[in-house]
Amino acid sequence: MSQPFRLNKEGLINRNKKISFTFNGKKLFGYEGDTIASALIANGIHLVGRSFKYHRPRGFFGAGVEEPNAKLQVEFNGHSEPNVNATEMELVEGLSATSQNCWPSVNFDVGAINNFLKMFFPAGFYYKTFMWPKSFWYKIYEPFIRKAAGLGVASIEKDKERYEHKFEYCDLLVTGSGPSGLASAYAAAKNGAKVILAEDKPRFGGTLLTDDVSIDNLSGKDWAEKIITELKSMPNVTVKNRSQVFGYYDHNMLVMFERVSDHLEKKSKFTPRQRLWYIRAKETILSTGSIERPIVFGNNDTPGIFLSAAAKEYMKVYGVLVGKKPLIFTNNDSAYETALEFKKNNVEPIILDTREEHSSELIDEAKSKGIDIRFSHGVIVANGYKKVKSAKIGKLNKDKNSFEKIETVDCDCICVSGFWTPSVHLASQSGNKLKYEEKIDAFIPDKKKQHETSVGAANGSFTLEESLKHGFENGSNLSAKITETKTEISIPNVNEKKYGAHDKFWCMPLPKNENPKRFVDFQNDVSVSDIEIALREGYRSIEHVKRYTTLGMATDQGRTSNLNGLQLVSNIENKIVPEVGHTTFRPPFTPITIGTIVGREVGMEYMPTRKTPMHEWHEKNNAVFVDAGAWKRPRYYKLGSETLFEASKREAKNVRENVGICDVTTLGKIDIKGPDAAEFLNRVYTNAWMKLPVGKARYGLMLREDGIVMDDGTTTRISENHYHMTTTTAQAANVLSHLEYYLQIVWPELNVNVVSTTEQWAGAAIAGPKSRDMLSKLYPDLDVSNEALPFMSYKEAEFFGVPSRIFRISFSGELAYEINVKSDHGMFMWEKMMEVGKDFGNQPYGTEALSTLRIEMGHVAGPELDGRTIPSDVSLNGLVSKKKDFIGKNSLGREAFNVESRQKIVGLIPIDRKSSIPEGSHIVQDQNAKLPNPKLGHVSSSCWSVENNNPFSLAIMKDGKNMIGKKFFAVSPLKNKSIEVEVISSHYVDPEGKRVRS
Amino acid sequence: MLYIKCPYCGLRAQKEFSYGGDATVKRPNINEEVSSEDWDNFVYMRKSPRGKHIELWQHIAGCRQWIKVQRDTATHEIFQTAKVTEEIR
Repeated sequence: MSQPFRLNKEGLINRNKKISFTFNGKKLFGYEGDTIASALIANGIHLVGRSFKYHRPRGFFGAGVEEPNAKLQVEFNGHSEPNVNATEMELVEGLSATSQNCWPSVNFDVGAINNFLKMFFPAGFYYKTFMWPKSFWYKIYEPFIRKAAGLGVASIEKDKERYEHKFEYCDLLVTGSGPSGLASAYAAAKNGAKVILAEDKPRFGGTLLTDDVSIDNLSGKDWAEKIITELKSMPNVTVKNRSQVFGYYDHNMLVMFERVSDHLEKKSKFTPRQRLWYIRAKETILSTGSIERPIVFGNNDTPGIFLSAAAKEYMKVYGVLVGKKPLIFTNNDSAYETALEFKKNNVEPIILDTREEHSSELIDEAKSKGIDIRFSHGVIVANGYKKVKSAKIGKLNKDKNSFEKIETVDCDCICVSGFWTPSVHLASQSGNKLKYEEKIDAFIPDKKKQHETSVGAANGSFTLEESLKHGFENGSNLSAKITETKTEISIPNVNEKKYGAHDKFWCMPLPKNENPKRFVDFQNDVSVSDIEIALREGYRSIEHVKRYTTLGMATDQGRTSNLNGLQLVSNIENKIVPEVGHTTFRPPFTPITIGTIVGREVGMEYMPTRKTPMHEWHEKNNAVFVDAGAWKRPRYYKLGSETLFEASKREAKNVRENVGICDVTTLGKIDIKGPDAAEFLNRVYTNAWMKLPVGKARYGLMLREDGIVMDDGTTTRISENHYHMTTTTAQAANVLSHLEYYLQIVWPELNVNVVSTTEQWAGAAIAGPKSRDMLSKLYPDLDVSNEALPFMSYKEAEFFGVPSRIFRISFSGELAYEINVKSDHGMFMWEKMMEVGKDFGNQPYGTEALSTLRIEMGHVAGPELDGRTIPSDVSLNGLVSKKKDFIGKNSLGREAFNVESRQKIVGLIPIDRKSSIPEGSHIVQDQNAKLPNPKLGHVSSSCWSVENNNPFSLAIMKDGKNMIGKKFFAVSPLKNKSIEVEVISSHYVDPEGKRVRS
Repeated sequence: MLYIKCPYCGLRAQKEFSYGGDATVKRPNINEEVSSEDWDNFVYMRKSPRGKHIELWQHIAGCRQWIKVQRDTATHEIFQTAKVTEEIR
């Protein structure tokens, strides 16, 4: 149970709590506060995965978000997650991690044959090779390549975890809790601003946790702790760790991903796993720090090769040595701190510095501690397959394009530092065009596009003193503008080591007669030679080079590779880096789970469900529901083992013969009031509305301005200045917006108010020859005779003591009524109707029977009013007034709307009187004609006519009315059917409309 | 997500609004003769400028008022919002 690479004392982990876990089936342990990476390194395990293309052995490279290699399949808390960054995931009891992209195991991976065939796998290999035969791509090549390449495996189990979304507003959002972030948050908080401070890692402080500095005589770590403690105690401050701000969107909206409970062993049932924060910030401080970049050399991807700051972080935060015989390979002073940390822990490092011999505070300190420093030296190639064993090193000549004094030194790790790259991702996402800063060989933010301010290392300031100063100043000034309060804060005294200048050196030349891979991008296996090939083949734009070679793609987004890639391209092209430019930074900065994006909007919560007041009754009576927008409507009521076809036929037949009731609550209802209401309706509808008497209803048709039918429905005059409009279920919201548009913008002079009352009324239609008899039993005190309550009339009456509205209107074409009561009384009404209706053979009917009834009557609905038809197309030109103006009237004169052969509505019946005609079928003259077969029209609605006991369809057909009596074919390639049909009138049943008036 | 200042309700998230097109289009008067060219221009012809654009939005999940928004179509910057009865200059 010993951990050979764990230091005795160092680190911020909790050594009192051991945590056991497994890696590739092997039982191991770590401590509370470890990441998977630090626990594995403590156990001496470095080989964790295989690379994407060549299946080369890969280990850890970083200690956090920058990690390109160590992506594991991790099982914990009952779920399995792919591509988990081992350097970020905290250890929890019982966690089980396995390597990805290897078979049969990470130690012996068959795919590694690719590494020995690497000369056959240049950039664009897949594009070039698997071109022929074309048909092989989908079935053979692609599935095979996908299996061979790729990362982890997504779980096919349902995700049982809870994910939340949260909306938050603040004055100042600070992204990152390093020195500049802490200073900004603190200064703003002292000014009374509402502050959110977000830290990606579990621990606050950023580089203060690992750098050997002091602030106001406190160590960096203690100072960070003091500030955080004070911030947490302030009511105007929200401090969040394990929270990554990953996206910067329009109008200063930032999105943050919080890992709420993955690190917890036990949590309450309602604790979400992860939370997505939408934060609208008045000002944003980007204190995202910087990421160390590597120097490129031969086999620089061998396990055991680390970024130098990561090696230091493993020692200082986790008490773990990445090796006991380290080589430090650097072009700058920061890696000397790593060397000194090794030395402090009694490990003897060798420093290879690409710079010529010179002196600085850190170099002098290293020298005084007796550390072996070799100037003008570099690592040529790392030796070792699954772990670095030694390195071939050499002395660089003056031009640094070749070397001498080549020797091999033993080592078990190489810590590499090629200087620092500011994390400008969020600034770039905000629209900030970056500028190239020669002094640090990297891009930094330029002019602001939104309310964002980059401070500290993210802005290219690499000293603590400067970072703190910028942080305090910007935090104070930005917040003072908002809160109009300014609290003076004295900037603390800082003690830090001064760094000398770095060397603008980033890639080791190749040794003579050797050609080891020099990787620029580890995650995608992109080497120097791949980029050279891309340029040789004519790719010039950096965006194209990126896509051809995959440089900087995938989950790590090229955090450690982008700048070296740019350097290489600019060297080859003889340009400077700013001329080459950079690729686009896009959110998310780090991968986030799909669960977090979705949040609670899954299953039943995916969208709102609208239920009518009678819903429970429908449920109890075996209704099968259909979605109508967000509404649930009964499609049919199933008796015994009935099919949809049988049930809807029974229900429709019963309406034609007896009486049926239908829940019509979902129809849109709009209350219209005001002295100009009649004038308004007269403009909105195509027909005349000025003379509609009180107590009467009228069918109305409304158009869009382009002449196309928008919606239809009945509107009833309730009293002098009060109308009740109905719309189709689907168009309810659009019609309301349409009316509001005209009232607010076009004709504000009209004194009219509109409001949706869809939810206020429960509605039931009573339809069938016996409906009047039934109605008379529902309203025993009311005269319901044809004279007293004729077709298209309206009455208000009490329904068993409840106020109700009676409309004599009909959608089914039968004698029919619609009753509205307040929603609360809907169930009462429905149950009463079922009770009273028994004597008349009443049965409820659903939307399928409703459709059948309206189709065989030739009443148009959604399928005919499909956004392409004008009134005359659907035989509604009788409703179009010639005398008055209305919305869309001017468009009806358009030439195309008035050609004789224009599409018109017709009816179709199959010649054999048996075959149902699929909706959507095309009507053609000759079913065997050569393709493309000229289309004469399409079938819009189909039903089984219960009146005539054979199939019947409505169709929109070219030159429609003149085709009556002719025979065609209705062809549905989708259903593989071709049915010979005869064209007839669209009014198949009761063409004179006698029944509704009876 | 845009942040739109409704002149009636204040700053609200874009998801409360629905877009309603060019606000400078004026419908020909009702009951008045209009040439087919003018009518076609009103129904179909819209400019699609890169830059400042005065457009209509409706605060559908709020006060339901139609409002004017002057927005940069390229950067999404919103310069001004107003009631439909007010002018944007």
